Amino acid sequence: MKERERARWRCRRGLLELDIVLQRFMDKHYAALDEAGIRQFEMLLDFPDADLWHMIVQKDEDEGKADMQPVLRLLQSV
Amino acid sequence: MTVARRKFDAVIVGAGGGGMRAALQLSEAGLKVAVLSKVFPTRSHTVAAQGGIAAALGNVTEDNWHWHMYDTVKGSDYLGDQDAIEFMCRQASEVVYELEHYGMPFDRLENGKIYQRPFGGQSQNFGGAQATRSCAVADRTGHAMLHTLYQRNVRANTQFFVEWMGLDLIRDEHGDVLGVSALDIETGEVMILQARATLFATGGGARIFSASTNAFINTGDGLAMAARAGVPLQDMEFWQFHPTGVYGVGILISEAVRGEGGYLLNKDGERFMERYAPHAKDLASRDVVSRAMTTEIKEGRACGRDADHLLLKLDHLGEDVIKARLPGIREIAIKFAHADPVREPIPVVPTAHYMMGGIPTNFHGQVVAPYKTGPEEVVQGFYAVGECACVSVHGANRLGTNSLLDILVFGRAAGNQIIEDLKRNTHHKHLPGDAADKALARLARLDSQKDGENVAQVGDMLRKTMQAHCGVFRFADLLKQGVDKISEVAERVKNTEIRDKSRVFNTARVEALELDNLAEVAVATMVSAQARKESRGAHARDDFPHRDDDKWLKHTLYFSEDRRLDYKPVRLKPLTVESFPPKARTY
Ligand SMILES: Cc1cc2nc3c(=O)[nH]c(=O)nc-3n(C[C@H](O)[C@H](O)[C@H](O)COP(=O)(O)OP(=O)(O)OC[C@H]3O[C@@H](n4cnc5c(N)ncnc54)[C@H](O)[C@@H]3O)c2cc1C
Repeated sequence: MKERERARWRCRRGLLELDIVLQRFMDKHYAALDEAGIRQFEMLLDFPDADLWHMIVQKDEDEGKADMQPVLRLLQSV
Repeated sequence: MTVARRKFDAVIVGAGGGGMRAALQLSEAGLKVAVLSKVFPTRSHTVAAQGGIAAALGNVTEDNWHWHMYDTVKGSDYLGDQDAIEFMCRQASEVVYELEHYGMPFDRLENGKIYQRPFGGQSQNFGGAQATRSCAVADRTGHAMLHTLYQRNVRANTQFFVEWMGLDLIRDEHGDVLGVSALDIETGEVMILQARATLFATGGGARIFSASTNAFINTGDGLAMAARAGVPLQDMEFWQFHPTGVYGVGILISEAVRGEGGYLLNKDGERFMERYAPHAKDLASRDVVSRAMTTEIKEGRACGRDADHLLLKLDHLGEDVIKARLPGIREIAIKFAHADPVREPIPVVPTAHYMMGGIPTNFHGQVVAPYKTGPEEVVQGFYAVGECACVSVHGANRLGTNSLLDILVFGRAAGNQIIEDLKRNTHHKHLPGDAADKALARLARLDSQKDGENVAQVGDMLRKTMQAHCGVFRFADLLKQGVDKISEVAERVKNTEIRDKSRVFNTARVEALELDNLAEVAVATMVSAQARKESRGAHARDDFPHRDDDKWLKHTLYFSEDRRLDYKPVRLKPLTVESFPPKARTY
């Protein structure tokens, strides 16, 4: 269905930092994600703005978030 | 086409701090409340606020609400309404304690009281020593506020319509407001939300500028809906430009950097603020620093290949200080400017930040307009609070941390007013048959448009026009051309075309509808700015460099229908104290 469109809207955030990073990610990486990647990305989008932003910039290898690492690493790179 | 309808006691468009504070008041009073938001409530732009909330608690230095009132009146360059300012400053402590009671985890002093930090423009004793007035939750004040208010609203049974976009205001032939038409972004369905009270809390619209600190959702929707429905917009020429947005992306670098000792440099490595504000230097008020930077750019002393930005230096603070006190700033600089401030300066430009103007209201949150007999007649059934409203507590220039206070105080006040008003208006008024026509016509136009223009391109043109013609400094000839240019852009906005015509999650459609709103706000801004022939607060004209209280101590009202301007007096009389008469504003 319109998974991509829905994800694109959920990239609209309260923090401009995230708007920009998530838009870059959508333009550059989203199309190449497999099913698992899309799930990871959607899980990440569910985090509150401040938490998601810290996960992107602080780059600490948190055990609890290991399952989202591949997509998180892409977000950190854009 | 028949459109589904639902009835509520109150409908609130916007789930930021302002909308949610009002909703809470209403739901806890047992009313049936719907709150619409384009994004999940806690992702509203309030989440970006880090600095804090102003309130004269006096926990760190002696303070009182009357000093806060003086600072706000002076900061507004005397365009603020003194009744509303007294109302806000008097209630500040109460709304902060209330939030604390709701569970907001404010930072604390060792003695257990709420911690406070100093901010620009705050003084003791009516212009004396620096006051320490802003309450904060680390660098997550807005985040904590939204989460606190959201939790409590859920408990009070506020009904949230998440990923719903308000399209147009519904008024009857008497001008009374009956609700809104709205689009469910997920399904593409249009619905009428009918209410005895309709409150707008849609936030700001600084996305009309290319360089903006605002998130993408800040497209001024509430203002445009009001304007299309015949409600005037007030003081739209006044936009605050923050001195330090990251060059190229706009992200805000907080004043905290300059507070810690960072300073600005031009291409010659000169600390130029010493020339413009020998006393306060880099910590002069936002409008002063932004104007100085713009002058440096204009006179060819800016940096980079295009000589279009300046540098914010902080490496002299040392790696330890930067890492300990400014970690968030460092992350932003590395990510977006590819500069580690521990070693290199951050490229910055003055960036559009806050909209002082908006939908005219009184301090009860009721929308007022000169549509019947007086200049401030209450528009029955219609309320507005927060950045989309102009109450006006910020006048021509807002002080840092006064906005979070504004949204709490007036969110609560509007809630209380609605509770009173609904005791009298016990029935829903008759909904006219054409209630959703305006919104449906805009959607139908988008569906049928052929050979139209691309939304992103026209949007770009709009933002560039505003940036070039209505920025930090305003020039007579640029404003005049600007009015023509932005009118052309607004015409092009009427002919945009979207390829995707499907219903479900059609974000292209949403963006086209947002562009309609940006165009209303942009035209209102340019027309109002061209007409005001003085410099006051954030409105700085090259040809009229001084404030002119004889001619211009008045509020602008812009009417979208015929782009007409009208003016109304500033309310100089406070509620109980003596008026603060206009004086020269020096820092
Ligand atoms: C980077 C930054 C930092 C700031 N820091 C501070 C600070 O430290 N202290 C301070 O006092 N002020 C600060 N400000 C200003 C302050 O954050 C805002 O003015 C304030 O949060 C606005 O709150 P609001 O409730 O009016 O609107 P917002 O929080 O912007 O909420 C608007 C709501 O309306 C909804 N909405 C909009 N249009 C529609 C529509 N058509 N249909 C449905 N819903 C809609 C949105 O989804 C959102 O829920 C800052 C601003 C920025 C940009």
